[in-house]
Amino acid sequence: MLELVIFSTLNGVLYGMLLFLLASGLTLIFSMMGVLNFAHASFYMLGAYFGFQLSQWLDFWVALFVAPVCVGLVGAAVERWGLRTVHKWGHVPELLFTFGLAFVVEELVQMVWGKLPVDYRVPALLDFHAFELFGTTYPAFRMFMLLISVAIFLVLLMILTRSRIGLIIQAALTHPNMVAMLGHNVPKVFMMVFGFGSGLAGLAGVIAGPALVTQPSMAHVLGPILFVVVVFGGLGSLPGAFIASLLIGLIQTFAIAINYSLGDALSAIGMARPMQGVLSDLWQVTVAQVGPVVPYLMLVLILIFRPTGLMGTREN
Amino acid sequence: MSNGYRTGLTALALSLGLTALAIPAMAQVKIAFVDPLSGSMAPIGEHGVKHFQYMIDKINAKGGVNGQKMELLTYDNKLSPQETVIAAQKAIDAGARILTLGNGSGAAAAMIDFVNKHNDRNPGKEVIYLNYAAVDPAFTNDKCSYWHFRWDAHADIKMAAITGYMKSNPKIKKVYLINQDYSFGQAVRKSAVTMLKAKRPDIQIVGDELHPLAKITDFAPYVAKIKASGADSVITGNWGSDISLLLKAAADANLQVDWYTYYAGGAGGPTSIKQTGLKDRVFQITEGLANINTKENYAWETDFRKKSAGQGWWYPRVRNEMEMLARAMNEAKSNDPKVFAEKLRGMKYKNIYGKDTYMRAEDHQFFQDMYISALTPMTGDMKFDEENTGWGWKLTATVPMSETDVPTTCKMAKPS
Repeated sequence: MLELVIFSTLNGVLYGMLLFLLASGLTLIFSMMGVLNFAHASFYMLGAYFGFQLSQWLDFWVALFVAPVCVGLVGAAVERWGLRTVHKWGHVPELLFTFGLAFVVEELVQMVWGKLPVDYRVPALLDFHAFELFGTTYPAFRMFMLLISVAIFLVLLMILTRSRIGLIIQAALTHPNMVAMLGHNVPKVFMMVFGFGSGLAGLAGVIAGPALVTQPSMAHVLGPILFVVVVFGGLGSLPGAFIASLLIGLIQTFAIAINYSLGDALSAIGMARPMQGVLSDLWQVTVAQVGPVVPYLMLVLILIFRPTGLMGTREN
Repeated sequence: MSNGYRTGLTALALSLGLTALAIPAMAQVKIAFVDPLSGSMAPIGEHGVKHFQYMIDKINAKGGVNGQKMELLTYDNKLSPQETVIAAQKAIDAGARILTLGNGSGAAAAMIDFVNKHNDRNPGKEVIYLNYAAVDPAFTNDKCSYWHFRWDAHADIKMAAITGYMKSNPKIKKVYLINQDYSFGQAVRKSAVTMLKAKRPDIQIVGDELHPLAKITDFAPYVAKIKASGADSVITGNWGSDISLLLKAAADANLQVDWYTYYAGGAGGPTSIKQTGLKDRVFQITEGLANINTKENYAWETDFRKKSAGQGWWYPRVRNEMEMLARAMNEAKSNDPKVFAEKLRGMKYKNIYGKDTYMRAEDHQFFQDMYISALTPMTGDMKFDEENTGWGWKLTATVPMSETDVPTTCKMAKPS
């Protein structure tokens, strides 16, 4: 049991941190521009594919640095020539633009790299087992993913709270007009934040690509859960996104490990387990089976009871 | 206007008229292929298209059916039953009366239901559903339909073969079941439990997992659970990304167990198996494989790989299906499903390995020898590897057709 708890915690934290890499960019972009970027997970996918391509041509380590930058540039370009043009028509067109972009990116990826998963491998240098506990190994690459995401989290925190750029960004979040009055180029800040957020998603893609499978559906699979994270954490709140990411990562991982069903709970308190009737199946469903639905349930509940999310401040 | 110009115009008009006239004469027999062509299962569907296109090219090269060429129409059902019905209707509107679908028993059940209703409501315009891969046993038992024919061995037949093979391995003590949470995965786990109990009561089932279909991106938590259970073998009916990701997570955790699978050979599977170094420890049950040494099979495989960027001929059943279809249509001298379906029932057929097979008339289930193979580094007697890994499927056991002959509960209602 202990080993299951340890590995579930590790896996949960890792998954949570990966979610955070994506959610942080998404929530920053949202709080700054008021746009929920539906294409955010597509940048994650682009990161994985760029990472794959660059590690084919050059080396994984080059890819680790170059691919997120490339994705960031793509993101900045999307903001500069796409979103900014659409912006004057209001938020809904912006939303629709990112929604369409997600499909376009998926199609493009399929055209360039095909529909089959690509063989994106863990670099040889990290292709060993970091440690062994109770006979189960934990791959070094996963530890590496964990370290990178924690490092990024710290760097992000430092930039936003300690640096001048961070101050401007924080100011632009709440008072864009005042920031512009003070002589800062707000559209440029927007573009940088969008590019940076996309780059973070790209980085998540580069490091997640070899561990999860790099395939055209990867954006589609991660997209919905990402919205759960930002909405649950509170739209626009970085600490909220952090807590929500970890929470969802842990909940999803631990749910899988739990084999108990409602029927078991009934038996435990000495009641008979209903074996007949239309709803009898419901009592047999284990927590493990409903695990993947839990985050969405959380989404619904938080929207009912605390529409602003865990740490969100926006009322409208 | 110059004379030459006018002649040119007349010629153009004439040729246009001729083409218009020629169309009915070239009417094609349309085969509608409905399968996931987007999403995480798309690689499976895409490769299926290549199989059918290859077969249709072969049949057309031999003159087609009843003097007409076959044509493949492809529809993406996104693995969803609703989309399947929409796609099937589209296909029928486009003139197809032969439908084929393989992936996902949920989609297949919707297709059977749709075809039954369609044929009831549209006498004289019957369509037929040829099932090349959906293996929920119900389709040729309780839910059997006159309009449905299945070429893959169903889940119970495969499980009987797998457990028959496991029976003789005394090292198996603890088995873990992990399957997709829908009709097919549930059928696999159910038959695994009953058959293991009957054949090896000493084997302990230490886990019985159902996970959502095509939704999991990281199987590490599941693998941790398998590991914690102390299992020495895993049985899984997973396919597509669900098997490749599962194997990949097992590779990361260095999970050293034997795998008894239905579809480990799908896209990405062999790559993951090699990464874990599970030599001779991942088994799959299929109706055929590349490395069965017959001249015809080797030539077939070589030619197909040339045309599909090195990917193997995954579905020998597609060849069986299409060749039998063409034969039934030619023998019936008709492209009307209502007429040629009669010929398919009970048809005997010699497959590419030179073995006898047949389509059982009472339930429309196809019977054939089944093969258990293990992925292993290439040796001298193996010709084809998978996904350029240098590892290929090596035949480890043959289950003769006679042993796969399970009874059916089907009471086929023959249309009047």
